[in-house]
Amino acid sequence: MRLHLFEWKEGLLISLAAIRANKARSLLTMLGIVIGICSVALMATAINGIDKAFVSGISSLGADNLYIDKYAWFSNEDFFLMRNRKNVSMDQFERFQKLAKLPLAVAPTILSGHKVLFGENYVEGTLTTGTTDGYVRTTNFNFVRGRFFTALESNGARNVAVLGSEVAAHLFERQDPLAKEVKIDGIPFRVVGVLEKQGSNLLGNFNPDNQVYMPIGTVFKYFRRDRDTVTIVVRAPSTQMIAATKEEAIGMMRRVRGLMYDEKDDFSVNTQEGLTENYNQVVGVIKIVGLFITGLSLLVGAIGIMNIMFVSVKERTREIGIRKAIGAKRRTIMGQFLTEAALICLIGGLVGLLLAIGLSMVINKFLPTSVQLNTVFLAISISLLTGIVSGLAPAWTAAKMDPVEALRYE
Amino acid sequence: MNIINLENITKVYQVGSEEVHALDGVSLKIDRNEYVAIMGPSGSGKSTLMNILGCLDTPTSGRYDLKETDVSDMSDNQLAEVRNREIGFVFQTFNLLPRATSFHNVELPLIYAGIGSVRRRELAEKALTSVGLKERMLHKPNELSGGQRQRVAVARALVIGPSIILADEPTGNLDSKTGEDIMSLFYEIYKQGNTIILVTHEEYIANHAKRVIRLLDGKIASDERVADHTVPGRQEK
Repeated sequence: MRLHLFEWKEGLLISLAAIRANKARSLLTMLGIVIGICSVALMATAINGIDKAFVSGISSLGADNLYIDKYAWFSNEDFFLMRNRKNVSMDQFERFQKLAKLPLAVAPTILSGHKVLFGENYVEGTLTTGTTDGYVRTTNFNFVRGRFFTALESNGARNVAVLGSEVAAHLFERQDPLAKEVKIDGIPFRVVGVLEKQGSNLLGNFNPDNQVYMPIGTVFKYFRRDRDTVTIVVRAPSTQMIAATKEEAIGMMRRVRGLMYDEKDDFSVNTQEGLTENYNQVVGVIKIVGLFITGLSLLVGAIGIMNIMFVSVKERTREIGIRKAIGAKRRTIMGQFLTEAALICLIGGLVGLLLAIGLSMVINKFLPTSVQLNTVFLAISISLLTGIVSGLAPAWTAAKMDPVEALRYE
Repeated sequence: MNIINLENITKVYQVGSEEVHALDGVSLKIDRNEYVAIMGPSGSGKSTLMNILGCLDTPTSGRYDLKETDVSDMSDNQLAEVRNREIGFVFQTFNLLPRATSFHNVELPLIYAGIGSVRRRELAEKALTSVGLKERMLHKPNELSGGQRQRVAVARALVIGPSIILADEPTGNLDSKTGEDIMSLFYEIYKQGNTIILVTHEEYIANHAKRVIRLLDGKIASDERVADHTVPGRQEK
């Protein structure tokens, strides 16, 4: 095996010399790979950022949560049929809460949109979640100021509100929001807590950053006198227990809603899985298309390498003849040119990667992300592979040259 | 022992629809430590013969034994190995790698032979010393004169200790004074016990050899020992 090692080391030195001898040409060729690898790495980084934002968004909502609702969120069932189902009422929630043994926490929620105002500042159409004090245990909320509302405040339907970080930032530029009075659709509320920033842009208005939380009784009192259907949030004790918790939830809800054994469920238990599936469908397509398009730029780079390697082989015909005459085997010649192509690509790839790391810091301002270690390995392997693949045909041309012809070449 | 044994070698090229017989039944034996000149006008087949002797090419028919091993049917890679171990080439145009130093040029056959770097350095320095270029070891070909370049090429041919040195018009690109120097270098190498085959069309170059083979139309026209046959090399054995 020592023999191979020599030849390889020798090939490496020769390749470096050849690259150095044709600096301008090598650099221009490399540029194609630099751009290709840079765009692939950036694409991978952007995808990673979107995924991360999604996962952090999901987990801020509580990754192990189930949502018992009149409507199925992700299904093809007829909306109008679901509309005719009975509402999920607060009574049903309370009975369900007593019956269900597995959940870590349960809470009813109802959504509405309102204008939240403090002094001169206001946020129009703020998504407001009406819920009970138990809700906070279905989430992973952290508080920068204050706390979630208590059972006392919840049961008493007090005018208290918990603000998402964005809402708080808008209303209170420099002041401490705690214990201040905000007006929600003109009705005064006392701020009892402010959430820590979750930072996910993907959930849009559903991002807790953009929401206000208040007791569900308060919502019923002022905003939803219709006492419309509520969504019951159920937190499973662990990811492994989601299925069991769902089974139990279906059973208990059937009891609560008095369904006979031959009747179909007249409610839906929604999971985040549905959300994830939906996400994967949409973003999966974007990922494939994105990587394909950036892959094209890499292909252009690869063709450039192949082209330049063919030129290089042609130019060095005589050198190949000399090497063959003094005993270089096909394998040796092949290795020499493959090494050269791989080296150009590897250097180009590394430069592209550095560029991508620099640019990802800019992207980070809009979408929290960074170049991952696996992206680094991926980029390096792709650039090596590109070099080897695009060097293959030229190297083979060199390897199978007839030494007599090659020596005669002017 | 015959180091080279050619039996009825032919080489046929297809040029368009016409067959050209570059070699037409050449049989030839060359002993160890002979100094042979192969002569002939252009088109006589001497280049073809030299390519076959040098294992750069294989004959269309016939048998070629080099050191009692049949090389006429070997694969590309086997031939590369034979060239590496048994044959030292010296070309008219020197054929050094332009971007490599003298040392690296001389070292190259040793790399292909898989010899370790310490031993390589030792052998390459020895070969360069023997052609009087130890001081120019780190010069590149374009920093050397024609004669010096050819000496580097000779060192490269010698470095691995091949069975035959095959020189194709080695003085063709040199002035007559430098040419003479190279020829005396060859004579020295010959005296040290090496086998040299010289391909040339210059009578005065061929006169340095001890045996002259003349080719005409792909056949051996004459094969004669040169008169003053005092071969010091033989006595050294």
